[in-house]
Amino acid sequence: METKRITLFAGHYGSGKTNIAVNYALYLKGRTDSVKIADLDIVNPYFRTKDSGDALSRVGITVVSSAYANTNLDIPSLPQEAYATVHDKSASWVIDVGGDDRGAMALGRYAPEILAENDFEMLMVVNRFRPLTSNWQSALEVMREIETASGMKFTGVVNNSNLGRETTAGDVLSSLEYGERIAREAGLALKMVSVREDLLPSLSDKIPNMFPLKLHVYQAWK
Amino acid sequence: MSEKVLMKGNEAIAEAAIMAGCRHYFGYPITPQTEIAAYMSKRMPKVGGVFLQAESEIAAINMVIGVSATGKRVMTSSSSPGISLKSEGLSYLAGCDLPALVVNIQRGGPGLGGIQPAQSDYWQAVRAAGHGDFRRIVLAPASVQEMVELTFKGFDLADKYRMTTLILADGTMGQMMEPVSLDMGEVTATEKSWALTGTKEARKPNIVNSLYLQPENLEKMNRERYERYQKVEENEVMFEQYLMDDAEICLVAFGVTARVSKNAVDIARQNGVKAGMIRPVTLWPFPKAALRKAAEKVKAFVSVELSMGQMIEDVELAIRCQKPVLLCSRAGGMITTPDDVLAKINEANEIGG
Repeated sequence: METKRITLFAGHYGSGKTNIAVNYALYLKGRTDSVKIADLDIVNPYFRTKDSGDALSRVGITVVSSAYANTNLDIPSLPQEAYATVHDKSASWVIDVGGDDRGAMALGRYAPEILAENDFEMLMVVNRFRPLTSNWQSALEVMREIETASGMKFTGVVNNSNLGRETTAGDVLSSLEYGERIAREAGLALKMVSVREDLLPSLSDKIPNMFPLKLHVYQAWK
Repeated sequence: MSEKVLMKGNEAIAEAAIMAGCRHYFGYPITPQTEIAAYMSKRMPKVGGVFLQAESEIAAINMVIGVSATGKRVMTSSSSPGISLKSEGLSYLAGCDLPALVVNIQRGGPGLGGIQPAQSDYWQAVRAAGHGDFRRIVLAPASVQEMVELTFKGFDLADKYRMTTLILADGTMGQMMEPVSLDMGEVTATEKSWALTGTKEARKPNIVNSLYLQPENLEKMNRERYERYQKVEENEVMFEQYLMDDAEICLVAFGVTARVSKNAVDIARQNGVKAGMIRPVTLWPFPKAALRKAAEKVKAFVSVELSMGQMIEDVELAIRCQKPVLLCSRAGGMITTPDDVLAKINEANEIGG
């Protein structure tokens, strides 16, 4: 899979951006030396990149996150180190953008420099099982809203259609056309189709650009 | 059955309300319930409904009173401090015998507290919010699917008894994502002969009011209302029992802590300790009879709560303090772990000897 220095994951909130971003950072770590991940989510107070902080730092991936993520303070602040994503060119950066257009607005302040360097991918994460993006039209609508808010254009699509832990191989297969249609209508490449690791054996020959996914969030209430 | 979808608890409540025929939502943003308002702002215009971000929580609850008086299904939602602000309106809803659905996705307190999950509005929900003699139905979902089902049912109960139904969940329940089926069937239509719909000169005017000029009339109304509450206590108690048949230790927990507790019960049983759980789904009416029955058999109870211990008093009351009741709690935004609960189960097993 071809990679760029900066990879941005954006999309509808709840589409699975954070989990994809964490998995992608771990994937990059096996291929390039220095990998860093930045959480630019200014909207969502729970379930943040920081939740996977241990898994990431264990393998030497730096996590840049708001000082207030996972605290009791509800303030839409960006980490000051986030500017390193554009200035620290020695590292490959994964950027976890906040959900929807409201979340993507924060990206606007880094957009001019990301565009000037022009070594990035911006990937739209889509999930057919999310009611507000359950068809290609509504997903495309969210895509346009994010582009307007962030001042950046998407370069590819990630089909992350899933029902959480209940996802079956059938769910993945029945969502392939949805992802392909979004990519086609947007005139973009379908960069990858995410598949939870335990489903890989049953799907390996059926999906060409499969991206294996580990679920990283620990839940005491499972 | 229709295909499942992946939803946040907050979104599930909003969508279930729309499915239940609610076309009027009034609210004010506050973490961790804001997705309810955000979802409503996107969906209501598409179904011919009203989404209105009020100037305050107090304004929102008064708008609820207005719509409910016309017989329409209506709701508002907030999180802990916002519910405190709505308290006056909750009392007026009860005084006017108006049905409404109110949602509290709890955060830490008191004061601004914090935005992480809590269950420390238990007292507020079942007793405190609003002055005067009244009750409200309090439903405590423990999964996103149950948030759908209880929202749907909550509107029916509110209409049936002309009461407020409060959905009481914590921030984790509001924020977590789970697959849900939205296949809820038909909406129950309740005849609302009391509603202010215009007489068309064919009937006497209806009046919606909570002021009684004659004290005797106020008392009569209060007594009538309590007869209705009695029926709710007789007919509407909901709870889940988990491995209670041979249980010696009974956990009592609702919402997210019930899910943690279920895991702890399983681990305790692997270790040879017979634990079980009673999960109240209705916090009011509280499953008193089930607990009293359990008290005849078990050695001790453990109340698992994200608070300094509130529901524990209702457990003690229900069992008339016949058995020891221990508290397992976190109270700052953290969630009890299965290990926390397990330690209390073992402690209860020893002192209950």
